Amino acid sequence: MELCELTVHELEEKLNKKEINLKDIVKSYEQRIREKEPEVQAFVSINEDAQKQVEQGKTGIPIGIKDNICTKGIKTTCSSKMLENFVSPYDATVMEKLQNHVILGKLNMDEFAMGASTEYSAFKKTHNPWNLSKVPGGSSGGSAAAVSADMVPWALGSDTGGSIRQPSSFCGVVGLKPTYGLVSRYGLVAFASSLDQIGPITKDVTDCAILLNKIAGYDEKDSTSIKIQPKDYTKNLQKGVKELKIGIPKEYFGEGINNEVREAILQVAKKYEQMGAIIEECNVATTNYALATYYIIACAEASSNLGRFDGIRYGYRAEHCNNIKELYRNSRSEGFGQEVKRRIILGTYVLSSGYYDAYYKKAQKVRTQVKQEFKRLFEKYDLLLTPTSPTVAFNIGTKSNNPLEMYLADICTVSINIAGLPAISIPCGLDKDGMPIGFQLIGNSFSEEKLLYTAYAYEKEENFREKYKPQFKNDKT
Amino acid sequence: MSNGDYETIVGLEIHAELSTKTKIFCSCPTEFGGEPNSHCCPVCMAMPGALPVLNEKVIEYAVKAGIAMNCEIAEISKNDRKNYFYPDLPKSYQISQYDMPLCKNGYVEIDTKEGKKKIGITRIHIEEDAGKLNHDEFGKKSFVDLNRAGVPLIEIVSEPDIRGAEEAEAYLKKVKAILEYIEVSDCKMQEGSFRADVNVSVRKKEDNKYGTRTEIKNMNSFRAIVNTISYEAQRQINVIENGGKIEQETLRWDELQGQTISMRDKEDAQDYRYFPEPDLGLIKITKEYVEKIKENLPELPESRKKRYISEYNLPEYDANIITSSKYLSNLFEGALAICKNPKSVSNWIMSDIIGALNEREIEPDKIPFSAKDLGDLIVLIDKGTISTSIAKKVLQKMFETSEKPDEIIKKYGLVQISDEDTIRKLAHKILEANPKSIIDYKSGKDHALGFLIGQAMKETKGKANPRLLDQIFKEELNK
Ligand SMILES: [Zn+2]
Repeated sequence: MELCELTVHELEEKLNKKEINLKDIVKSYEQRIREKEPEVQAFVSINEDAQKQVEQGKTGIPIGIKDNICTKGIKTTCSSKMLENFVSPYDATVMEKLQNHVILGKLNMDEFAMGASTEYSAFKKTHNPWNLSKVPGGSSGGSAAAVSADMVPWALGSDTGGSIRQPSSFCGVVGLKPTYGLVSRYGLVAFASSLDQIGPITKDVTDCAILLNKIAGYDEKDSTSIKIQPKDYTKNLQKGVKELKIGIPKEYFGEGINNEVREAILQVAKKYEQMGAIIEECNVATTNYALATYYIIACAEASSNLGRFDGIRYGYRAEHCNNIKELYRNSRSEGFGQEVKRRIILGTYVLSSGYYDAYYKKAQKVRTQVKQEFKRLFEKYDLLLTPTSPTVAFNIGTKSNNPLEMYLADICTVSINIAGLPAISIPCGLDKDGMPIGFQLIGNSFSEEKLLYTAYAYEKEENFREKYKPQFKNDKT
Repeated sequence: MSNGDYETIVGLEIHAELSTKTKIFCSCPTEFGGEPNSHCCPVCMAMPGALPVLNEKVIEYAVKAGIAMNCEIAEISKNDRKNYFYPDLPKSYQISQYDMPLCKNGYVEIDTKEGKKKIGITRIHIEEDAGKLNHDEFGKKSFVDLNRAGVPLIEIVSEPDIRGAEEAEAYLKKVKAILEYIEVSDCKMQEGSFRADVNVSVRKKEDNKYGTRTEIKNMNSFRAIVNTISYEAQRQINVIENGGKIEQETLRWDELQGQTISMRDKEDAQDYRYFPEPDLGLIKITKEYVEKIKENLPELPESRKKRYISEYNLPEYDANIITSSKYLSNLFEGALAICKNPKSVSNWIMSDIIGALNEREIEPDKIPFSAKDLGDLIVLIDKGTISTSIAKKVLQKMFETSEKPDEIIKKYGLVQISDEDTIRKLAHKILEANPKSIIDYKSGKDHALGFLIGQAMKETKGKANPRLLDQIFKEELNK
């Protein structure tokens, strides 16, 4: 077995035993990237100096970073023409926390994290390692695909409406969206400030806990980060699920959910029951309003957040403009892709006078209701169990021209961002075409520890990684 | 109908930069000047991913202002984004406060011809300043300087309680004085740290509905504001009298032409798409916090004025003028502490110092000497070391060179001659040279004495002790 196929905790064990050194690890990944990147196309930029940086003293396990997290001295493009040549003058707080780790590269994504397939990258389409004709999901598709293809040991993604969990589910890896405020957003290029959260994408639950340990924590540079006692998320992984009350919200198993996915998730529920958890059906009535609410709030915030890309101080600037209005209009028309423009226009519309009350204000009210409903549910249940995505990975090109259908890919994940809750996606099998299915565990605010030990219990029992490997086949079905 | 049948209604939105050391959402210095873009960081340059963190001093300063202007302080308020594109606005939105301002429902008292009047304060909210555009002399390029971007501001919005230019000026001066006294803003109008948007409308006195108003933005001199209001009110009256209608619009004051000009090229009705700033939490203020600030608030101009009248017997007019500026008032108190002569200090400020300020066209904060220097100067007069007329010269020198009064006196040899022998010798000399004056004096023409004293002063360049001169000339003439 190649080193690049190991998990981070396995690599660390070998390092501790001095069986290998960090350079061996880096070499193995570089080799793997050379082999697989031409097929997978997960990277926007690859660090050519990785080995040198180990020689210069970096000691952490290397990592891949979604390209909307600012890295000093390395391009941060958000997979947009707008930032094609942008180099951030500062490091995101999570990058400061990971400064001991070599960055293997910056990973592809939907432009400005807007999308569910990574097809909206301005530079390249990333392919799903399990079947190269399929999308890896999105928007953190590059991160999930790179972890799945063993091109990076682990990666950071960002999740605004499912952008960590859905691609993790599509690529058969573990993805955690932390509680809003647990991980600093400072240096994460904002899509929707009240929903965005950085989180780990890893090969297994233990790695997820290790990476969360590294990135979580209050940051005085982010006013929305929350002061809580630091925790060691690896400590209680073995705790087990006995007596744990898990709710199964009916609304997540209805129309639009693929049958094989539904069956797989119900199997997961059964498994938990066998392990001693108490499974009970429940309702999340606000689910039906979540998608509309999400798109109003996310687009409203995006329309304002993306205003700074105006061609004045950095980023793409259109040539031959006669006045300032033209400079704005042309730079933004040429620099942004279709989907980004669609959302900016939508967001501008819902905030404009005369429409504000009907859309934005109403969405905020629904948001409060969503929060309250989850709060009530967590008085009764420890966790909720749902599919991560209504389907497995779809074929490249099938939804990219149908925005509404693409938006539906987020149906199982957006409520969690609206409520600011943590949720994790865990692989739980393959469909008949060999594509991974993922289930989602949703917890109360700051219940990451519980999410992780519950996920760990399943993973240990089922051992997805040992049973299944990405195929890198390319059969157009 | 004549102008007298109309009244002019003015509302003012004052923007005052707060004098906190650092900016409102980052730790860059607020210091004026500096190389372009040298007081900047990822936050105030709106680099991707950078986030604002609200400077607590800004809240403190704004609450101080709110209390000093008799406002209610909101227990909960929030920041909102005001979205618009302009090159001096790096984030493409200004973080301001929309529907939940920090302070509201206050007032400021002004003096008018009809007596005291309360001008209502609708609200005071916090926001960030924008950067600056420098247009190059070669024509085609503009340069963005973000040193001012993110400097904290408070916006003080008045009720439309102000009638006419005079009240507007009194109100502006009062607000400026209050902000200076409580030391939350240095209110330097030339540097743009105190400026106002002016809303003007007119109505017939018997009407109780307001007329359509026009707005003149970003004015930073009292004189220009007064001229603008007078001009704009007259323009509106003329339009109405000629059967026209006032259009609600934004105007610009053209200083050279002395008129308001329509800014028609401006955006068709801006929609700022305000929404709550998701990067910042709610601002929560406790009653204890407000109480603590209230307790430590410095004495306000109104209170000082009353004290000057009751304790030092200053005329109300003088007390008003001195307390209208923190710098003049501090000068008064500082000098008084040294010389213990309130009448004299007040007179010096009211005549020579204000005169010199006007002549030199400088503001009281630019007085180049200290309160102690003025006190020392008055002590020198009171001790008879120099005469009042010499003191006036010394004061001019103090304005020119900032030297200490005793240094000036020494350097230019201005010490008063109070030695009796010297004065008598001088008197003999003058009398010898002016025999006609002696005859005049003896024949009862009193002006002859004045002439002789004048000659002696001329001879000594004003240094002779005038009391002694008078006495000795009389003695000699009556011999
Ligand atoms: Zn700054």
